[in-house]
Amino acid sequence: MHGQSIFLQQIVNGLTIGMIYALIALGYTIVYGILQLINFAHGEVFMVGAYLGLLACTLLQAIPSGPVGVPLVITAVVLSMAGTAALGVVIERFAYRPLRNSSRLAPLITAIGVSFLLQNAVMLIFGPSDKSFPEILKVRNYSFGAVTLTNLQILIAFTSLLLMILLHIFIKNTATGKAMRALADDSIAANLVGVNSNRIISMAFLIGSALAGAGGVMFGMYYNTINFHDGYLIGLKAFTAAVLGGIGNVPGAMVGGLLIGILESLGAGYLSSEWKNVFAFFILILILLFRPSGLFGPRIMKKV
Amino acid sequence: MKQQGLGAGHYKKKRLRKLTGLDISDHVKAFFLFTFVLIFPLFDKNPYHIDVMVTAGIFMLLALGLNVIVGSAGILNLGYAAFYAVGAYAYALINLHFKIPFWPGLLVSGFITALFGMLLAFPALRLGGDYLAIVTLGFGEITRIALNNLDRITGGPNGLLGIDHPTVQLPFYKYDFGVQSEPYYFLVFSLVAIVAFFLKRLESSRLGRAWVAIREDELAASCMGVNLGWVKLSAFGIGGFIAGIAGCVFAAKQGTVSPDSFDFVVSVMILAMIVLGGLGNVWGAILGAFVLSLLPELLRGFDIYRMLLFGIAMILMMILRPQGILGRKINLIQSKTSS
Repeated sequence: MHGQSIFLQQIVNGLTIGMIYALIALGYTIVYGILQLINFAHGEVFMVGAYLGLLACTLLQAIPSGPVGVPLVITAVVLSMAGTAALGVVIERFAYRPLRNSSRLAPLITAIGVSFLLQNAVMLIFGPSDKSFPEILKVRNYSFGAVTLTNLQILIAFTSLLLMILLHIFIKNTATGKAMRALADDSIAANLVGVNSNRIISMAFLIGSALAGAGGVMFGMYYNTINFHDGYLIGLKAFTAAVLGGIGNVPGAMVGGLLIGILESLGAGYLSSEWKNVFAFFILILILLFRPSGLFGPRIMKKV
Repeated sequence: MKQQGLGAGHYKKKRLRKLTGLDISDHVKAFFLFTFVLIFPLFDKNPYHIDVMVTAGIFMLLALGLNVIVGSAGILNLGYAAFYAVGAYAYALINLHFKIPFWPGLLVSGFITALFGMLLAFPALRLGGDYLAIVTLGFGEITRIALNNLDRITGGPNGLLGIDHPTVQLPFYKYDFGVQSEPYYFLVFSLVAIVAFFLKRLESSRLGRAWVAIREDELAASCMGVNLGWVKLSAFGIGGFIAGIAGCVFAAKQGTVSPDSFDFVVSVMILAMIVLGGLGNVWGAILGAFVLSLLPELLRGFDIYRMLLFGIAMILMMILRPQGILGRKINLIQSKTSS
């Protein structure tokens, strides 16, 4: 391959994984925007989503005249999203809500407790070894000039974009979305005008976790294997993506996810795959040093 | 006569206070802690239990160090395990290459880690709140991956082997700590006592009060003449020094170091220890480290459900006492002002 085509191919691969990072980053950013809470259990929600997707795929394939191919994938994604959405709401209700008015670090610790709980629950249920995803889609390659796309990549890009557009419409145009933005802007004022903050916060966790669940299923299909440890590193990278875009900023999380994906993919292609994680963090630190509140973060003036 | 006796006792108390500069309640706590530490090995001869206590002691040091950065100065650091790793590898490398023995190595690795911490503090001067937290997290990950991949220097995933254990030169005999647990037990708890004493003294010093001031309100503190840069740098420096000591003890005890001992979970556990104990409280850090180091061991009977129950226990402890076991109800780190 020529240099240029390798470059383009890496960009395409990076965009695919970046889409998944972006979906997870959205969950971090929505919750952070409203509660200023780093939901450290979010990576595990993503991991649970991947396992639920695996379970759904296996069960659906066992049904004699069940769906096959793309409909099966979509059913699995929807089922997994429903499962993780419920999980997210439960986590918020029992681990974060009782600590809403305490110090900022207290929910961080319960989040770590939730992470341990989920990791070990998944390990006990599914076993500690890598699980491989069943092959649902026959891999087909489409060549566009110098780059090759697989049908799975196209499906991931399409589904992620669809979910992001739906989220955007939801936040911009519905009453709940408006309440969410109001709560993020000024929680006291929002409460004064009658926004039910508990309901909206539950909603934020529901949406964020559902997106992470979708990301989990697609991650599992793209890499073929999943492990109960995966949530941690992917969650970390998605969080990095959210910070890169300016945490609390929804379009920022999307761009941040794509950027991290591309940077990582280029780093792995041109440097070495062992250092690819360093590459992502290094860029992050550099960007934060020059733009301390992320690429699209608000420029806050300090007030006396 | 009676009055005289009371006066003498009062005078004695005063003299002790003058000597240590600490409150009476701190003396009482320290007394009970010392007694417990001293009699524990007499009653429990199980080497495994002593070993668990040594690990708990190392984590107490780490919790005390992180408490300076997060608890006192209010700077969220999510990559503290990197400091610990730098301390351990610093001792391992200087010992293997330059044959520097443990005692000077303890100081050297402390200073190297302090320098590393201060280097990391430079972003802290520019960034606030959670952005800084993510930078420390990133540094932590970079350090761990670098240790894993710089095979020629750090030995890669296998780590470094054959690090010297501490020795003490007695008049006619050289005592080697070797692989037993007891000598490390006394070493590590002496270090905990020394570090805790210094930190307790620092609390009411100019620097200690400056840390609390920038934690509560950075802007107000700088208006009152607190040099923000220097104060943050010193928090990272002192926190780094303590982690360096802890890492050095760890490396000397194990005789080997490898990157898995320093992953993100370690940073998070140390943070959990100080939050559980009560942020910004020296005794709280010690207690939190003790509880969270021993809890997994106590749950060992539950076998595979151990870590699951550990997670549940962490959630319950936090919900029942959000300010930590010894914490007071104060607004620790405010979100709106720091970010």
